[in-house]
Amino acid sequence: MLSLENIHTHYGKIEALHGVSVEVNEGEIVSLIGANGAGKTTLLMTICGDPQASAGRVLFQGEDITHKPTSDIMRSGIAIAPEGRRVFPGLTVEENLHMGGFFTSKDEIRRNQKHVFELFPRLAERKNQRAGTMSGGEQQMLAIGRALMAKPRMMILDEPSLGLAPLIIGQIFDIIRTLRDEGITVFLVEQNAKQALKLADRGYVLETGRIRLEDTGANLLDNEEVQQAYLGG
Amino acid sequence: MFDEFYFLQQLINGLTVGSAYALIAIGYTMVYGIIGMINFAHGEIYMIGAYTSLIVITGLAALNPVWLPLVLLVALICAMIVSSSMGWAVERVAYRPVRGQHRLIPLISAIGMSIFLQNYVHLAQGSRNIGFPSLIDGGFTFGTSEGFQTTISNMQLTIFATTLVCMTLLSLFISRSKTGRACRAVSQDRKMSSLLGIDTNRIIAATFVIGAALAAVAGLLLGMYYGSIDPLFGFIAGLKAFTAAVLGGIGSIPGAMLGGLILGVAESFTAGYLSSEYKDVVSFSLLILILLFRPTGLLGKPEVEKI
Repeated sequence: MLSLENIHTHYGKIEALHGVSVEVNEGEIVSLIGANGAGKTTLLMTICGDPQASAGRVLFQGEDITHKPTSDIMRSGIAIAPEGRRVFPGLTVEENLHMGGFFTSKDEIRRNQKHVFELFPRLAERKNQRAGTMSGGEQQMLAIGRALMAKPRMMILDEPSLGLAPLIIGQIFDIIRTLRDEGITVFLVEQNAKQALKLADRGYVLETGRIRLEDTGANLLDNEEVQQAYLGG
Repeated sequence: MFDEFYFLQQLINGLTVGSAYALIAIGYTMVYGIIGMINFAHGEIYMIGAYTSLIVITGLAALNPVWLPLVLLVALICAMIVSSSMGWAVERVAYRPVRGQHRLIPLISAIGMSIFLQNYVHLAQGSRNIGFPSLIDGGFTFGTSEGFQTTISNMQLTIFATTLVCMTLLSLFISRSKTGRACRAVSQDRKMSSLLGIDTNRIIAATFVIGAALAAVAGLLLGMYYGSIDPLFGFIAGLKAFTAAVLGGIGSIPGAMLGGLILGVAESFTAGYLSSEYKDVVSFSLLILILLFRPTGLLGKPEVEKI
């Protein structure tokens, strides 16, 4: 569904990704793990075209999206819940959701919002609250809900568990499973490697801008190197 | 001796000019809110609005007789269209190509744009003052027969009413419409907005266009109110409106409205009780005081954010 072929990405003169190839098949949950600064977020943002890859190709559903503007890519069936959640703090929960469905019709917005409220009853309770005043967990739910408003075929999640209480992290991972069951392909980046690999059909380990390992989630969990480096021995 | 009717007169005059300042200030504040930069060509866009409406009014007057409200409406619409295209052009020429560069660069290109537009009008329309017919006359007078008589002219009422309508429409647009919501989203987090498939370039251009349209309204109103225009007409008004925007809290739309009114009233009282020579001194002193003691302005406040 999504394939990255030998991607190089630069920030100015510094190369952050040195030829990364990743494949995400339809219906899978694929997890990308790696240490701070390995280039995980850069990889995700390259898919979104911000920054664009300086070499290599990004294909989504067979179409080359490498050099498309971000707003076009995000209308083609990919949605993202980005690092740091980035909800619009001054907009209400409902307005945030409407922004997620910006390019869809009024009917679709109504339908998708109903669905998001079923997944996250908490958001329905806080419909008219400003997003900036909510807790981290609620903001993460809103970020995922907002991405769902675009009815994506594929959802990109960047560190959804970051800074959240264990109980809330459990809920977020349950939701990711639900998304997959609804037919949404999930590409997940996590520091919380254990949970992310447990959930994943397949996983990649990124190290300083290169793919180090690639295997099924279960195999990576058993892999000695991965255990030592990412699962605390 | 304090004369309440004289006081009332100054207040009315101040609110009149102040509402027009507020209309211009909206353009500064919206653009600042969305790209964090001041549109230094905004005063010129207002001036072009005044010229366009004068040209249309003169042209229609040749077709005598025409119903006056229709003339004004046509002039208003033409001015809004021309100024909006100018606003759009300023964004395309002076801002978009240099976005992401050092902050001084768009500032300089915008000043260049302002000089260009000013001189273009110089060449095309001449540098002399041109009389602007005051098409709306009459008014109401009240007060004691021996003391000062307060007059509120129909022109002033027109300015209040038009400003009120524009502000109401703008508020509804920002709070209710899809594009208005997108404007707020882009001003809060531009990158995230593009990650939601929003064409942020279009939204940024829209704020320039909306600000320019409101400036054109102010151009027609103040042109008629003052009775004459010249190519430098936009310069001082632009500075005043900028002051109003900073006074109210730059980036805040209610702030721009409030700032405009306060500034207009302050000027009018200075002119009425001190001397009209000190009018500009007072407005710009106000600007300096605000920048020193409350740089976020009256209604500007740090964002509520919880991480």
